[in-house]
Amino acid sequence: MSERDFSARSSNVTLINLTKRFKSLDGSGEVLAVDDVNLEVKTGELVTILGPSGCGKTTTLRMIAGFEYPTSGSILIGDKDVAKIPPNKRGLSMVFQSYALFPHLTIYENVAYGLRVQKLPANEIRERTERALDLMQLTTMAKRYPSQVSGGQQQRIALARAIVIEPSVLLFDEPLSNLDAKLREYMRDELRKLQKRLGITSLYVTHDQSEAMAISDRVVIMKEGRIRQVGTPREIYAFPQSRFVADFMGKANFLEVEVLGTNGESARIDIGGKTFIVPRAGRVRPNSGSALLVVRPEALRLISLANVENEIPLKGCVDRFTYFGNIARYEVATENGPLLIESYNPEASSIFEEGDNVGVLIDFESVRLLPPEDKEQQ
Amino acid sequence: MRENTRLSVAHLVRDPVLLFLVILVFVGLFLFIILPLGKIFAYSVTNNDGRLSFQAAWDMLKSRSYLEPLKNSMLLGITTGILATIIGYVFAYALTRVDMPLKGFFKTIATIPIISPPFILSLSMIFLFGRNGLITRRLLGIEDANVYGMHSLVVVQTISFFPIAYLTLTGTLSKLNPAVEDAALNLGASKARIFRTVTLPLSVPGILSSFLLVFIQSMEDFSNPAVISGSFSTLAVEAYRTITGMYDMRGGSLMALLLLIPTLIAFLLQKYWLSGKSFVTVTGKPTISQQQSKDPKLVWPLFALSMLISLVILLFYGTVLVGAFVKVWGINFSFTWAHFKYVMTLGWIPLRNSVVLALASTPIAGLLGMIIAFLVVRKEFPGRRAMEFISMLTFAVPGTVVGIGYILAFNDKPFMWTGSAFLLIMAFAFRNMPVGIEAGTSTLLQIDRSIEEASTILGATGAVTFRRISLPMLKQAFFSGLVYSFVRAMTAVSTVIFLISPRWNLATISIFSLFESSKYSDAAAYIIVMILFIIVAIGVLNLLVGLLGRGGPSASGGTSERA
Repeated sequence: MSERDFSARSSNVTLINLTKRFKSLDGSGEVLAVDDVNLEVKTGELVTILGPSGCGKTTTLRMIAGFEYPTSGSILIGDKDVAKIPPNKRGLSMVFQSYALFPHLTIYENVAYGLRVQKLPANEIRERTERALDLMQLTTMAKRYPSQVSGGQQQRIALARAIVIEPSVLLFDEPLSNLDAKLREYMRDELRKLQKRLGITSLYVTHDQSEAMAISDRVVIMKEGRIRQVGTPREIYAFPQSRFVADFMGKANFLEVEVLGTNGESARIDIGGKTFIVPRAGRVRPNSGSALLVVRPEALRLISLANVENEIPLKGCVDRFTYFGNIARYEVATENGPLLIESYNPEASSIFEEGDNVGVLIDFESVRLLPPEDKEQQ
Repeated sequence: MRENTRLSVAHLVRDPVLLFLVILVFVGLFLFIILPLGKIFAYSVTNNDGRLSFQAAWDMLKSRSYLEPLKNSMLLGITTGILATIIGYVFAYALTRVDMPLKGFFKTIATIPIISPPFILSLSMIFLFGRNGLITRRLLGIEDANVYGMHSLVVVQTISFFPIAYLTLTGTLSKLNPAVEDAALNLGASKARIFRTVTLPLSVPGILSSFLLVFIQSMEDFSNPAVISGSFSTLAVEAYRTITGMYDMRGGSLMALLLLIPTLIAFLLQKYWLSGKSFVTVTGKPTISQQQSKDPKLVWPLFALSMLISLVILLFYGTVLVGAFVKVWGINFSFTWAHFKYVMTLGWIPLRNSVVLALASTPIAGLLGMIIAFLVVRKEFPGRRAMEFISMLTFAVPGTVVGIGYILAFNDKPFMWTGSAFLLIMAFAFRNMPVGIEAGTSTLLQIDRSIEEASTILGATGAVTFRRISLPMLKQAFFSGLVYSFVRAMTAVSTVIFLISPRWNLATISIFSLFESSKYSDAAAYIIVMILFIIVAIGVLNLLVGLLGRGGPSASGGTSERA
């Protein structure tokens, strides 16, 4: 048998107008935890739902799992609406934040549990359990109990237990948040490799944006119960469609600028009386009037005012300088407000000290335009 | 609000096993807790024609024969509560905060009164301080010692109930964050000052809690006042005498009500007011093991005090052991097996009945406790809070009140169950389940909910998840619930004294009648045999529960506690 078997029953997931209301904690009103969410996850795809705590990502996942029932809307797995089906009949599996291993069962029995519940023939249970253990490199510790193995191994047991039943969709609820930083990076790469190899449709909830970047085919950004943007990690980072997304995914500076005119993808803008061209302004750019320029810290460069040139867009003074080795980080006060600047490989260029007067250059290739804040597309 | 109710109803309908369990538990709670209490209340406020009338109640309340026992019971409860709490605090402080020898011995001594049969301390009291008492007559030569009365009751109840105070206060003292005391020390306070200004104030909720718990126990105690109170009348005993001696059901119900009100108030205060006031700091951070004082000026006085209390307890229990083997206490101290022969012949059937009924009720109480804990902690359904409250209520309702309620509720159609084994088993099951509920609840609260969700999403139904995942993890709690239920069923007096019949007489009631006819050494032998039965039964239960859950270290949910 091949590894492909694990994806035998994999199917797509479609959320249509999914909404969940909770009674608020003081009992007086209602909280809209998930607000009219529409999303399609294709077969074999790994989609991450990313957002700050309380954004509704976990509630969305738990509704798909069946632990919460939606107030309205549909959840399609394949073509079947499962919104009213209890969780044990949905054919999904889930990797929990706490792993939720059964402490009184051996690792072997933990993995075999889902198959035993299905009352499969004994030899099939043995075969499939052994295959899953083997895949996760757990065979040697099959007879031990979860408390007797390391955190990374517990994580793999949870994964083995989830994939052995050949779920139609695999759900992940912040599965790496209990691991230390090094192991977390290692496990997320392992997890992604495995998911790609097995081709299981996966939905992954996290609040860690670098984790989302590293493992996802597509990322869904949620805030206050609503989806703010869906796209590949690159689309989300390079073409954020709102200040919230730009700010949440990585770091960003926001400059208030004036749009003078547009031409195809590019826009002509005014910063402090000087005119510049933004070649790829993005899809939600305004065509004229005030706008917000999204500038990543790595798109800014400091230069000495000694070799002053005309087209220096901004001037300022270094407020704070932090040296990380691979990066030098500056906080510079300018007439357009404070700016965060990150210079990679700092030893290759000049380093500025706190109190230095500097010019700030912008790499216009990688900046985008957004509508001004009050008209920001929510 | 409506939205959530509708959703939880929908939940219930989708899970027929859950629906069935919820209905079953509610029917049980209604029949065996609410209905009897309601009957007592209804009976107290109706006149002989069955009409609503407060006149009879009011007349009785004005009479001395009702106010006197109420006053006595309260006085006894408060006195015992204070004394037991003081001794419990000394014991708890010595065992948690002081580095002294023989801790294991002291801990064992403090648990003996909890699992011992009733009457034993009163019997010792009579053996030691009665008219033919070893100390009063033989040692001091007092001819007309009067052992009966409040003074003896206070001694006996304090020894019986100080373990409750000790356990409560151990919990409080061992959970106080030692860093708080270290901080005071660091700020320059002396040890005595730290105790006075930090440790003691922080343990106030524990102290009040243990006082209230002992107060409840003292108020509802039937067995000790029944044999040693003399003319000092208490509510639990007077209610019994009013009903069985004077055939006055209404008077008895009214006394039951008088008994119920203070115990219920104490229970509610303890559970809802004090539990919110606890200063116990649970940080999840591992606290450095308690600094134990090695100061000899503290260690040796506390050691002497603990030793003194322990020796008194040993003296009391030892006296009964000796008493079971002597011909006539105080007159002829020669050795005899006669009392044990008596127990094995005439006393055998009640003893067998006690064991059979206790064994029958134990699994019901244990399972009921686990199921209620599981439903209350893990499931959403209408009436969840009511279920929690009613099932814990039996903790506060005195056995006498339950007994009277049962004869009022089950002496008539459609529930003519009085005198049957069934009613006795149900009485035991519903009275003894709260410890299982408490243990189960606290275990479940520590177990990550997602462990059960993991089972569900892997395809298991609610029933399978409960049987294969929740129940094995509740093994420890289940066991303590079983042991407690069994011991309580074996040693129950106050409830069953109203419910026994010639067919179903019980060991404790037989002991009670031996007291009435002053056959003290027979009673002693009976008590010793009961203790042996209880020890054997605990051993067997332990074995059974061990076999029930397949091995494995009793780990708690992988890394779940880190979450």
